[in-house]
Amino acid sequence: MRPRLGPAAPWLWAGAALLLTALASAAVGAVPIPPVTAARILLARLPALHIRADWPAAYATILFDIRLPNLALTALTGMALAGSGAAFQGLFRNPLADPYVIGVASGAGLGAVLAMAAHWPAGVLGLAAVPVAGFIGAVLTVGLVYSLSRVGGSTPVTTLILAGVAVSSFATAGTSLILLLSTSELHRAVTWMVGGFSLGGWEPVLAASPYLLLGLGVLVLLGRPINVLQFGDEQARQLGLDVERLKLVIVIAASLVAATAVSFSGIIAFVGLIVPHLTRLLWGPDYRRLLPLATLLGGSFLLAADTAARVVLSPRELPVGVVTSIVGAPFFLWLLHRARRRLRGW
Amino acid sequence: MAELELLSASLGYADHPVLRQVSLRVDPGEILAVVGPNGVGKSTLIKAGSGALAPLSGEVRINGQDLRSLRPAARARLVSVVPQATDLPGSFLALDVVLMGRTPYLGWLENEGALDREAAQLAMERTELAELAERPVGELSGGEQQRVLIARALAQQAPVMLLDEPTAHLDLRHQDQVLRLVRELARERSLAVLLALHDLNLVARFADRVALLSNGRVRALGKPEQVLTPDQLAEVYGMRIHVMPHPVFGTPLVLSGE
Repeated sequence: MRPRLGPAAPWLWAGAALLLTALASAAVGAVPIPPVTAARILLARLPALHIRADWPAAYATILFDIRLPNLALTALTGMALAGSGAAFQGLFRNPLADPYVIGVASGAGLGAVLAMAAHWPAGVLGLAAVPVAGFIGAVLTVGLVYSLSRVGGSTPVTTLILAGVAVSSFATAGTSLILLLSTSELHRAVTWMVGGFSLGGWEPVLAASPYLLLGLGVLVLLGRPINVLQFGDEQARQLGLDVERLKLVIVIAASLVAATAVSFSGIIAFVGLIVPHLTRLLWGPDYRRLLPLATLLGGSFLLAADTAARVVLSPRELPVGVVTSIVGAPFFLWLLHRARRRLRGW
Repeated sequence: MAELELLSASLGYADHPVLRQVSLRVDPGEILAVVGPNGVGKSTLIKAGSGALAPLSGEVRINGQDLRSLRPAARARLVSVVPQATDLPGSFLALDVVLMGRTPYLGWLENEGALDREAAQLAMERTELAELAERPVGELSGGEQQRVLIARALAQQAPVMLLDEPTAHLDLRHQDQVLRLVRELARERSLAVLLALHDLNLVARFADRVALLSNGRVRALGKPEQVLTPDQLAEVYGMRIHVMPHPVFGTPLVLSGE
């Protein structure tokens, strides 16, 4: 852990990063809005500030109806992936763990593709049917993986990962099979997988928020017992922790968060893996700080990636998952290389 | 103060019992060492004593309470375990590790309070770690890491302490230092200490009583000079063994003789 220069410093850095990436994301698009103007349009909503509207009226509409909901969903997705990634790494005591290891993505994929193939009605309870089906698929898959991997009264990490790999392969094969049999849905399904739905508007933000806030809230509050888990199940048990119950709560909360993110935004690789690592390198292994800080950084990381995705080949937009992988994979290798020299263990 | 009792306890795993019908008792202020060849069940005994492994039959009790009837936190307030200092998450600070001894007194959502920090502070002073509090445990020496784990167990404030090969990777000086500390703690806090140890000469010097395990049973139980005899050791370890009085302490000195 770094020397404690000031306990507030990491929070200031992480907060500033989120603010800056959000502003950049709001500014960039088919109609560029200068970041300063974007900030002023936002601040003008506070009547106390008396900011005079000297910008085109369309700016405000673009900002509030298109850019803001999109950036909110992007930030929430990044936060969800990084927060649940940090939690899974803590749970498995394995730096390679991420939300997809135990089947979240493949389960969501299967659910979503099933819904598309079955031509479910477009809306269920006012929501698009496909994200809902993806969510159900993810939760069922994780439940299956978790129950398969229980040995006696405990859930060893190795069986959990093995069961995750096996069930994921099965679900992925199922997805491929359905795609092959229903050719017309192929394009839609593939689009969703690499970057989710362009649903747009505030509706998906409002629909996803309760799950994300609930799950992330639980994980962030469990930092101290997750620290104890880092000494292994046996020591944690001997220190008086109800290890099995704690693991179950972490799996449920982290899967809820990751499944929600995948269902609304598709499969976005590397965020859940890299951001917790980066946070650990910057600010140490204490999960009481690691979980909330990784969550904040995840938001800014995905906002930055999303902004880049819209700028690089403008006017064409890249799927954000492609950007996170292109940036993420080399960055991850660099991290690994550095960590091998600098750290004795995670 | 509390005593640890095993009442005709059979220990191990359903398809593979390791120890059969073991009855032992460790009194407050006493160090009972468990010795025997590799794989004889010393670690199994420690696991059972901590409640991490339920007995196949019989009972493990602390202060008359069956460990199976207790929730993990209640159990950890009665018995602390000092494992071998291997594979610790090295980037945690020594103080943070010691503070984890307070886990059984805290709910999941609670953070350590003044009382917990005081307990950790005292434990670190007692184990002479106060200056190392802010160092990552991965940067400490093997002896210091072992003392961090003893401090963590002290912060747990349980009347029974179990140690699993606490000197395994230590040099001579640190072996002595760690076991002397354990003996002082047993005396001054009336801890009932169960100690799994390979090194018979350390056992002879630091244990009040010895349980010699062999073939899934307690082969001999008593004071070191009663248990560490050439005949019994030769039978259990399957080789010739010489025992003579230690030139300084007069305790049994065990030498292999082949």
